[in-house]
Amino acid sequence: MVDHVRAESAGTRVAWRVIVYGLLILVAMYYLVPLFVMLTTSVKTLDEIRTGNLISLPTQVTFDAWAKAWGSACTGADCGGLKGNFWNSMRFVLPAVAISTLIGAFNGYVLTQWRFRGSDMLFTILLVGCFIPFQVVLLPMAQTLGWLGLANTTAGLVFVHVVYGLAFTTLFFRNFYVSVPEEMVKAARIDGAGFFTIFWRIILPLSPPIIVVCVIWQFTQIWNDFLFGVVFSSGERQPITVALNNLVNTSTGVKEYNVDMAAAIIAALPTLFVYVVAGKYFVRGLTAGSVKG
Amino acid sequence: MGALSIRNVVKRYGETTILKQINLEVREGEFVILVGPSGCGKSTLLNMIAGLDSISEGEIAIGGRVVNDLPPKDRDIAMVFQSYALYPTMNVRENILFGLRIRKATQRQMDDALARVAKTLQMEHLLDRKPSQLSGGQRQRVAMGRALARDPSLFLFDEPLSNLDAKLRVDMRTEIKLLHERVKTTIVYVTHDQIEAMTLGDRIVVMKEGEVRQVGTPQEVYDDPDDLFVAGFIGSPSMNFVRCAVEFRDGHSGVKLRDGNGEFFFPAPPEVAGLPTHAGGEVLLGIRPEQITDKDPWGGQNPHARLQPAKIEVVQPTGPDTLVLIHLNGTSVTCRLHPSAMPRAGATMNLVFDLSKLVFFDPKSEKRIR
Repeated sequence: MVDHVRAESAGTRVAWRVIVYGLLILVAMYYLVPLFVMLTTSVKTLDEIRTGNLISLPTQVTFDAWAKAWGSACTGADCGGLKGNFWNSMRFVLPAVAISTLIGAFNGYVLTQWRFRGSDMLFTILLVGCFIPFQVVLLPMAQTLGWLGLANTTAGLVFVHVVYGLAFTTLFFRNFYVSVPEEMVKAARIDGAGFFTIFWRIILPLSPPIIVVCVIWQFTQIWNDFLFGVVFSSGERQPITVALNNLVNTSTGVKEYNVDMAAAIIAALPTLFVYVVAGKYFVRGLTAGSVKG
Repeated sequence: MGALSIRNVVKRYGETTILKQINLEVREGEFVILVGPSGCGKSTLLNMIAGLDSISEGEIAIGGRVVNDLPPKDRDIAMVFQSYALYPTMNVRENILFGLRIRKATQRQMDDALARVAKTLQMEHLLDRKPSQLSGGQRQRVAMGRALARDPSLFLFDEPLSNLDAKLRVDMRTEIKLLHERVKTTIVYVTHDQIEAMTLGDRIVVMKEGEVRQVGTPQEVYDDPDDLFVAGFIGSPSMNFVRCAVEFRDGHSGVKLRDGNGEFFFPAPPEVAGLPTHAGGEVLLGIRPEQITDKDPWGGQNPHARLQPAKIEVVQPTGPDTLVLIHLNGTSVTCRLHPSAMPRAGATMNLVFDLSKLVFFDPKSEKRIR
C-alpha cells in the first residue's frame, strides 16, 4: 500500500520534470535562435544567403565575412574594418571600468565604515544618479568636457563613463560593505591600521564577489554604450558600437548580411567573454551581502 | 600611578547624556569588570577608553598619560570584541601578526610574539587556518591572541563570551582567568552577565543608566550592596525584597513579617544604625536565598540564626539545591535548601534565617539603610 503510493508520486515527479525541462528547453531555444541565425549567416557566402533560407545550415563554411568585418569593411570612405574601433573601445572601456569600480569601492567603504554627518543623505543623492537617463546629461557633459579641455578625446570618454557609472558602482559596494561588521574595522584601527591601510589590507581583499559584479555591469554598460560614443567622439576615435552602426547603415553597394552579422558578433564578443569567465560569480555576488551573516 | 584613570567622564550624543560623571581608578594588573544591563553605557565607556568613541567631558589617562586626543593605535591597548572581528581573508598567523606588521616590527619580533602567543593559548596547530575554518571558541582564542601579540599595557574585552554556547562560555571563562594570572596585564572587561562578573573580576563596577552604582570586590558587592539595583542585579537567584513595617521590640529595632501561619519579628543586625529613623514607616528588607535554609549550618552556634516555621508554596529542585518559595508579607521569597530536603508544596516547614546578613533599603530613594 505504502509502496504503491510512493511509486505513484515518483511517477508524477518524473512527469513534472519532463514538463519543466521541456519548457526550459523551449524557452532557451527561443532565445538562442537569433544567435544561431547570426552565426550561420556570418559563415555563409553572399550567394547562399540570397538563394537560401534564413535558418538553413551553411553548405560551405567560409570565414571571409569575418575577415572582412575585422579588417577591410568600408564605412564611408574608410575601409579598415572594425579592427581600429575595437581597440578604441578597449582603450576607453578598460580604464573607465577600472576607475569607476575602484572609486565605487572607496565610496562604499567610506559610506559604511566611516559614516559622517549627512553620509546617508549623500548616498541617497548618489542613488538618484542611477535614474538619470543618458540623454539628460549630454549637453551639460559636453560643456564640462569643453571646459576641462577633454572634448573629443579618449580621456574625455573615460571621464564621462566614470562619472555616469559612479552611482551604480557606489550602490553595489555600499550594499556589500554594509554587512562587514564595524567591529572588524575597529579592531584594525586598534591594531594600528589607518584609513587607507584598512581599505587595502582588510576591505578590498573581502571584495572579489562584488568586484566581479561591478566589473561585469560596468563593462557591459560601457562597451555597449552608443549614445556617449557617438556624441563625445568622432572619426578614428569612435568606439565599435558606433562603427558597427555605420557599417550596417552604409547605403552604397550590395548589403552584405554575412559581414554585418560577423561585425555584430565581433562587437558582442568581449561582453560575452566577460560573462562566461566571471558569470558564475555574478549571481553569487549580487545576493552576497544581502543577508547579514 | 594607576594603569587607567577615568575622571569625571561624560558622554553625550546630541541632547542625550549616555554617561554621567564617571570616575574610576584601575590599578596595575587589576582585572576590572564593567557590568550592568544593556543600555547602561558600559560598552560606550569601553569604546571611549579604546579611543573608538570621543569623550564629551572629563579625561581618561592610561599609564598616567592623558589619552583624550590620542588615536586608538597610540593608546597602548588591545581589544577583544564580541563578534571576534577577525580578518576573514587572513589566516590565524596573519591575524595575530597584523598589528605588529602594521607597526613595522622586525621579523625577529614577530617570530617571538607568534611563538609566545601560540604557546600561551595552545594553538600552534591552528596557525595556518582561516577564521572560517575555526569553531567559535577557537575564534575567540585567536582574537585574544591578536590582543596578546602586541603586549599592550591594557586589555579591553567587550562581552567576549556572549556569542558562545553555555558550556564553552564556562570553559573560556576559566581560560581568561588563567590567562590573566599568567600575563598579569590590566584588564577592563565588559559584560552583562553577573556570573562572569563575580567569577572573573578583582573588582566589579556596577553601572546603570550611565552611572556607576557601586565599585567593589565581588564579595563586597554581593554582601554589602549600596542600593536596591546592585542588590537585585548581582546574585542568582536574585535577592528577595520584602516590604515591611519598622518596629521596636525589647529595645531592638527590626521589621514585622507575616506568613500564612502568623506574624513574627526579625531584629535588625546591631550595626544597622539607620533603621530607627524609619520607625513607623516602611522599608524594603533584603535577604538572599541562601540565607534561608532548612538545616542550621552553624549547629546552634550562631546567635543570629533564627528558626521560623513557614508555609511552602512552590518547590523547585535544581540538582545542587532545592529552591522553595514561601510568602512573606504577600511577596514570594526564594529559599535555598539542601537537595536532600524535598518538602511538599503546602506543607509547613521549619526554616533557618540568618539574620546577621539582613539588609534594608529606603523604598523611595532605593538607597541602603546602614
